[in-house]
Amino acid sequence: MAKNISFTLKYWKQNGPKDKGHFDTREMKDIPDDTSFLEMLDILNEQLIEEGKEPFVFDHDCREGICGMCSLYINGTPHGKTERGATTCQLYMRRFHDGETITVEPWRSAAFPVIKDCMVDRSAFDKIQAAGGYISVRTGAPQDANAILIPKEAADEAMDCATCIGCGACVAACKNGSAMLFVSSKVSQFALLPQGKVEAKKRVKAMVAKMDELGFGNCTNTRACEAVCPKNETIANIARLNREFIKAKLSD
Amino acid sequence: MATLDSKIPEGPIAEKWTNYKAHQKLVNPANKRKLDVIIVGTGLAGASAAASLGEMGFRVKSFCIQDSPRRAHSIAAQGGINAAKNYQNDGDSVYRLFYDTVKGGDYRSREANVYRLAEVSANIIDQCVAQGVPFAREYGGLLANRSFGGVQVSRTFYAKGQTGQQLLLGAYSAMMRQVHAGTVELHTRTEMQDVVIIDGRARGIIVRNLITGALERYSAHAVVLATGGYGNTYFLSTNAMGCNCSAAIAAYRKGAYFANPAYVQIHPTCIPVHGNNQSKLTLMSESLRNDGRIWVPKKLEDAKKLQRGEIKGRDIPEEDRDYYLERRYPAFGNLVPRDVASRAAKERCDAGYGVNNTGLAVFLDFSEAINRLGRDVVEQRYGNLFDMYEEITDENPYENPMMIYPAIHYTMGGLWVDYELQTTIKGLFAIGECNFSDHGANRLGASALMQGLADGYFVLPYTIQNYLSDQIGVSRESIATDKPEFDAAEKEVKAKIDHILGIGGKRSVDSIHKELGHVMWEYVGMARSKEGLLKALEDIKRLRKEFETNVFVPHVEGVNVELDKALRLNDFITMGGLIAIDALNREESCGGHFRVEHQTEEGEAKRDDKNCFYVSCWEYQGEDKDPVKYIEPLKYEAIEVKTRNYKV
Repeated sequence: MAKNISFTLKYWKQNGPKDKGHFDTREMKDIPDDTSFLEMLDILNEQLIEEGKEPFVFDHDCREGICGMCSLYINGTPHGKTERGATTCQLYMRRFHDGETITVEPWRSAAFPVIKDCMVDRSAFDKIQAAGGYISVRTGAPQDANAILIPKEAADEAMDCATCIGCGACVAACKNGSAMLFVSSKVSQFALLPQGKVEAKKRVKAMVAKMDELGFGNCTNTRACEAVCPKNETIANIARLNREFIKAKLSD
Repeated sequence: MATLDSKIPEGPIAEKWTNYKAHQKLVNPANKRKLDVIIVGTGLAGASAAASLGEMGFRVKSFCIQDSPRRAHSIAAQGGINAAKNYQNDGDSVYRLFYDTVKGGDYRSREANVYRLAEVSANIIDQCVAQGVPFAREYGGLLANRSFGGVQVSRTFYAKGQTGQQLLLGAYSAMMRQVHAGTVELHTRTEMQDVVIIDGRARGIIVRNLITGALERYSAHAVVLATGGYGNTYFLSTNAMGCNCSAAIAAYRKGAYFANPAYVQIHPTCIPVHGNNQSKLTLMSESLRNDGRIWVPKKLEDAKKLQRGEIKGRDIPEEDRDYYLERRYPAFGNLVPRDVASRAAKERCDAGYGVNNTGLAVFLDFSEAINRLGRDVVEQRYGNLFDMYEEITDENPYENPMMIYPAIHYTMGGLWVDYELQTTIKGLFAIGECNFSDHGANRLGASALMQGLADGYFVLPYTIQNYLSDQIGVSRESIATDKPEFDAAEKEVKAKIDHILGIGGKRSVDSIHKELGHVMWEYVGMARSKEGLLKALEDIKRLRKEFETNVFVPHVEGVNVELDKALRLNDFITMGGLIAIDALNREESCGGHFRVEHQTEEGEAKRDDKNCFYVSCWEYQGEDKDPVKYIEPLKYEAIEVKTRNYKV
């Protein structure tokens, strides 16, 4: 059975990328603990609107943990703390206690400028993807899908890498603002599949070059990214990316 | 009543599409560069169409409301995608997939379109594998399959419980490749507000930039809508928060006919509603019905105890459980189509057998599967869904049966399109969930992904050429955004926005939307009656007035999420009325449309093929007037129309 909790909510307000920004604070009373975190923010916004104020802006869409749109830094952790990987939208108020202070901030990274409040610009990820995150195949009549056998282990591993939702929590958590977990997941998915091997060298160089150009930092193996990844991507992908990258560079 | 021409090619059903492709007109490569196509929406249909048209050489302008095309709601489809590959050697064929889809749609879809869909289904799997979509595989390295509702073969391909995600990322990657190549121009966080028509042809759109709030104009030789369905009219649904029907309604207001709006799919396996603050309903994949068994208690007193929280599902002994789907539909059991499963759940709950505190839930039980297969296998198959369930409900589904209840999920109705996927406005096409043609009155599981990709990869790229081949003489200048038609359309949009900002009432957009959703679910939901529908229409009129006089949208420069929502709600209200009018008009029960006046003694849907064997198409007449109805009579050549039977 649900019980109600009350707490202090501190949430980040920032009017555009150049604004300094500040926290607003509100006492949230009697919130049922079976409410999701984003539904709690819906309640906040209903209250603000009732008072004739501007609502608090944050990204969200599917609310079932798969679109990668939601992106809140909650009490110092991207997506908040859960035992298993979960996105902000899958976080429920039963994870919080009566009387605590909950702090909500945007992803903070030079490559993700704030648009408004906690809404940030992650279009850099699309640019990295466009640089080489694909297999160059035309729409048309490729050979039968079963013509190339793929060992189950390889398919499963590729699937684990492909599970990345592109939310950017890895970048937000990294002290260097590195996008290596995101990039390596995509590189790994294709490197593990026979269809992706042909372009592997070109792909890894193009994606890494674009990542560097867009101002993401380097990886220093702090593993902060994998600790917060809602889809449990691991730094084994980063190791694979490094191998792929060295292989590609050596064959130049 | 006037009728519509669906332009179905001549010839036997199996040859129509081949004949069409052999005789359609093409555009040569040098001319393709001179032709622009606008594609609104980047889900499976929109992204695959953008990728395909881009690599063919057309100049594509792609628009989405999210921050990236990869976030379109196709991403949330869990279970799988159908294809008539017959890899399992279980008797599948193009004809059988066609037949199952037509039957599953309760004989209300267009035969020729469905056959084409079944025909190209196998190519989709080939295409996706070539793109690097990591479908599930067997130990021998071959692709794996599973079963979905309404069929007796295993033809569903899947990637864990994230098939939609993997297919969308495949289409998104292909599209981003074209962005890199310069053939696709990407506009994110941009929402279409209106379609611009010049000399009777769609030539562009007016959009609102969701960051700056500015209105912008884009022109093209053809406009494609791939903007999804209208499920969020009901407020609570499995759709994403941003899903809306504004683009389709804008086209409808400009003269595109809206077909079969009453056909709304209610998915049987969703996590039940828990409270007033709930913002969306979460789907539990239909694939769970492969191994899960659905039941409620046989004894009313057990149900009462469950409702009071005194006992749990696992406390009820086997002999006191009513596996009502297996009881009523022995041949298909737990894998009956969605409409049948949803109504059966409602029937049991209405009779008082619901199993949670609201009385609106049934059990989906895996204990038998766990005993048969072991927990490891169940975890491997459904682990991520079980985790998601536990996170939301705080209940462990390995130990206690899941609780589920039907929820709005998909809309079979949509903009009317002919065989070429063109709406009644020349040059305006609709693909994916946005159109109406393939699923009849009920969609089978794993067919939405199939249709979205079929339209985008394999159908539109052919049919749109047939249209564009006549357009090579139309210069970019002659349809440029400085034409008076663009001025007029933008002015109208601006006036609408100013009007909404100026209302200055007391109620939030969401509070009115929730009320609309309540009316829709109560009277235009799983069971509809004449009386209820008339009441719904009254209520919707009242809500229109409430919106017009009492909504509050703050004046904010730049990002204004309340205004985004208000503009969408404005269209959901129109849509709600349209659904109710069509439901009132269709005097039969078929698929997702169930009129209590039309049922058999056992409570099964009763169709009226004599009087209702048609597609209803509605033409807009203004906000205060009822739309005018046209019909497209259905003509079946390959399939005998009969009563759907999942019992034997």
